[in-house]
Amino acid sequence: MIKRIVIFLVLVMLAAIFLNLAANYSEKTSLSPLAHYYAEQGPAELGAANLVTAVVVTYRGLDTLGEVTVLFISAAGVGLLLRRTRRKADDEDLEKGDRAEETAGVHKPASEIVETATQLLLPMVILFGIYVFLNGHLSPGGGFQGGAIIASGTMFLLLALPESHISRLMVAMTESLSGFSYVVIGVLGVILAGGFLDNRIMGLGTYGSLFSAGAIPLIYVFVGLKVGFELSAVLDRFRKEDTGPL
Amino acid sequence: MMITLLTLLLCGGILISGLLAVQLDSMVSAVISAGLASLFAAVVYVVLAAPDVAMTEASIGSGLSTMIFLYAIRKTRDED
Repeated sequence: MIKRIVIFLVLVMLAAIFLNLAANYSEKTSLSPLAHYYAEQGPAELGAANLVTAVVVTYRGLDTLGEVTVLFISAAGVGLLLRRTRRKADDEDLEKGDRAEETAGVHKPASEIVETATQLLLPMVILFGIYVFLNGHLSPGGGFQGGAIIASGTMFLLLALPESHISRLMVAMTESLSGFSYVVIGVLGVILAGGFLDNRIMGLGTYGSLFSAGAIPLIYVFVGLKVGFELSAVLDRFRKEDTGPL
Repeated sequence: MMITLLTLLLCGGILISGLLAVQLDSMVSAVISAGLASLFAAVVYVVLAAPDVAMTEASIGSGLSTMIFLYAIRKTRDED
């Protein structure tokens, strides 16, 4: 009974908050001063055709670094919780028959259609991911989106060919090297340009071309690789435990 | 006008799939319908001219997290 009352009170409070928000909502007709500055000065200052990228990577670069860190911590957490040594203790708990049944189900191969389609689509998906983060300063998308697309390519791979092996060393090396390079570029910004993660450590190039916007494409390549490999590693961890000891 | 209608329709889709995710008995169906809510949200973001957010929502919200949930369900199946 008391639980219900508490739930009811929480709901009433939430309703009050959201009602307040909805009632006071009015569409903005002009940009706030800061947004105005970004919109006016962003393209000239940073040379990025996609303003969102200019804000995310440079003006708010520290936030992006924070996001990458959060993702890193969660991937590390998954790695810690699902590490393979736990397997042995688990095996003793589970009855033998149960175990065999489970692994038998896991090893059932995917249908031929799924397999063929994956073999056909996988290179394209990966290529699209790379395209998205290379063109982050020109078109919508960027490191995070490109990385997530690459990770969904990995997902295809794991679904269609459950036996495929992903080198954990390669994943770990790429991930840590790109994370490290990202921070190094940020620090270079302090030394060579106006501040941490300033993209003007390289020439701005022609506005709107692939090699423009200073270090933004470089930063996005590193963020894309890091996110892609990190998410792939998380998926791989989840699968590995299923397929039993390897 | 058309845009408003489309947005409302899509938001209805988010609501319905969200409710389904809470109400459905089968865990797998609930996860799929939570992913569906994300997919609707991604389309709403496109309609509202935020393609950057839409890409993240579509790939992470409806793709990867659904997959990770499914893996997790399979792992914890016997404890449900």
